[in-house]
Amino acid sequence: MQLFRAVILRLLTMAVTLSGVAVIVFVVIRVVPGNPIAMMLPPGATDEDVAQLTALYGLDKSVFRQFLIWAGGVLQGDFGTSITTRQPVLGLVLGRLPATLELSVMALVIATVIGGFAALTGTRLRGTRSEAAIDVANGMALSVPDFLWGLVLILLFGVLWPVFHISGRVTPSIDLPFTTNFYLFESLVRLRPDLWWDIVSHMLLPALALAIPLAAIIGQVLKQSLKETMHLDYVTLSRTKGYSESHVITREALPNAVLPALTLVGVQFTFLIGGTVIIERLFSYEGLGNMAIDAVINRDLPLIQGIVILFAVIFTGVNLIVDLACAALNPRLRHG
Amino acid sequence: MADGRGQVRRRLGLRLWLSAGWLTLLLLAAVLAPWISPKDPLAQDLFLARLPPFWMAGTEPGYWLGTDSLGRDVLSRILHGARVAMTVALVAGAATCVIGATLGLLAGFLRGWVDIVISRLIDIWMAFPPVLFSILLIAVIGPGLGAIILAIVVIDWTRFARVVRAEAMAQGAMDYVASAQVAGRGRTGTMLVEVLPNVLPLIVVLLTLEMGIAVIVEAILSFVNLSISTDDPTWGGMIAEGRTSVHQAWWVLVFPLITLFLTVLSFSQLGEGLKDRFDPVLR
Repeated sequence: MQLFRAVILRLLTMAVTLSGVAVIVFVVIRVVPGNPIAMMLPPGATDEDVAQLTALYGLDKSVFRQFLIWAGGVLQGDFGTSITTRQPVLGLVLGRLPATLELSVMALVIATVIGGFAALTGTRLRGTRSEAAIDVANGMALSVPDFLWGLVLILLFGVLWPVFHISGRVTPSIDLPFTTNFYLFESLVRLRPDLWWDIVSHMLLPALALAIPLAAIIGQVLKQSLKETMHLDYVTLSRTKGYSESHVITREALPNAVLPALTLVGVQFTFLIGGTVIIERLFSYEGLGNMAIDAVINRDLPLIQGIVILFAVIFTGVNLIVDLACAALNPRLRHG
Repeated sequence: MADGRGQVRRRLGLRLWLSAGWLTLLLLAAVLAPWISPKDPLAQDLFLARLPPFWMAGTEPGYWLGTDSLGRDVLSRILHGARVAMTVALVAGAATCVIGATLGLLAGFLRGWVDIVISRLIDIWMAFPPVLFSILLIAVIGPGLGAIILAIVVIDWTRFARVVRAEAMAQGAMDYVASAQVAGRGRTGTMLVEVLPNVLPLIVVLLTLEMGIAVIVEAILSFVNLSISTDDPTWGGMIAEGRTSVHQAWWVLVFPLITLFLTVLSFSQLGEGLKDRFDPVLR
């Protein structure tokens, strides 16, 4: 019951936050100089044409009226019409969302594997030079943001030793038999390893660029958490029972050390999703972020609004899910 | 034990000195760029386009790190790019720090409705994808150095506000604050004279980290071609150009990238080093 109340409260704050985001983005982009309507008409269009189209998109009304009309539409699932492509914003955005989701999840998996491996190895080899080396590598990975890692990876694996693709989501000449935009997932379901490999070899470098800083954070937090757990009595007990050190770390200490790391990973995962905007641009990956930057450059106001709102929904949603997951996994919080 | 601690101290010291050294060098380069640059950073010469760096075959004397596709000298452009990078780091970093830390201190120490308003604002800000937000702001304000600095301040104040708020809250619950108030200090006085000095080390660490972030944001914005005018050399602009011609002239991408990489690394290592210095447990 208490959990239920907490969820309701969280959903309410989420609604407040999202409304705040909507108001801010709506007002900010209405101040953008440059007339999007003039940009979409061919040269030689008359002032009448401009006025007509401006009225069609409702841009002749006051900002307040525009917001009410837009918000009313959003509540009915209508996010307006993109100015550059003249298609419904919702369809455009949902069409690109799978690409960004697949990239983010792949990055999260890579980060968890690398970070987890670093934490476990660091704990196993504590007090040695190897542990110090892992710490130094961790510190470097943490200091440099995804944008720079992306550029470094392009140079290393795209130019110096060109083993992976550095541009696009899939080789353009390939004819895709897919019905959804979840290419990676669908290539697996349809048992097409050839397609799967083409998609992975496009996604690997951008995903790795996003994953490196997160891997460092996971490695650091999990190792710290393991360090604290390793001092607990039950761990010492299992050691005296004669279990090997590796068994003690992975089977006894790890399950209890994961929880503190999980909370942090949730927040960091939203940062990772935010990072896809520039990483997609860098790797010409056809996702939401790349579309967002084009929308800003083209002054496509309805599209910008739609994308920013969707990002905000994802961010607040991920935070909510992580909080719920932590409450569910942590018996101390369950009745609190 | 004492030896081990000494070793930790020495390693931290080296890291701190290396970072500070690189940043000083960069600051000097920024100030002295017009005098120490071997060539005019804007001079184009298509006959000298895509010259490789000095150790390779087919170079021209004086173009140490080669030229880009318009025949402009890479080294001179990196040196001039340091001016933009350092200006953004110092001005945007300081402004973000002052505004963010002030709001955080007010929210954390005064609590009440001030805290509610500021916390809600932070929540809303955290729901924006930061890179997209900055690109959007630049589209609104228009390009230029001032616009970039403003965009960084508008977006990143939450980094300071969040951390300083939590710390001010923790400090506010301590006995010394209560005794100061018993001794007759007002709330504002307690906040500025008692709490602020205790939060200051944390703020300094955040400031160095923020400077590194500011440099990156500027590079990202010029990479998306929304930074200052395209004529002025910036590292991000050079990287964007190098990215498109990476198969023909890798040096146009590599040298500004190395410079940016070392700069960001130095700012963050400086921050981490200072954090350990300030940490009473390690001291």
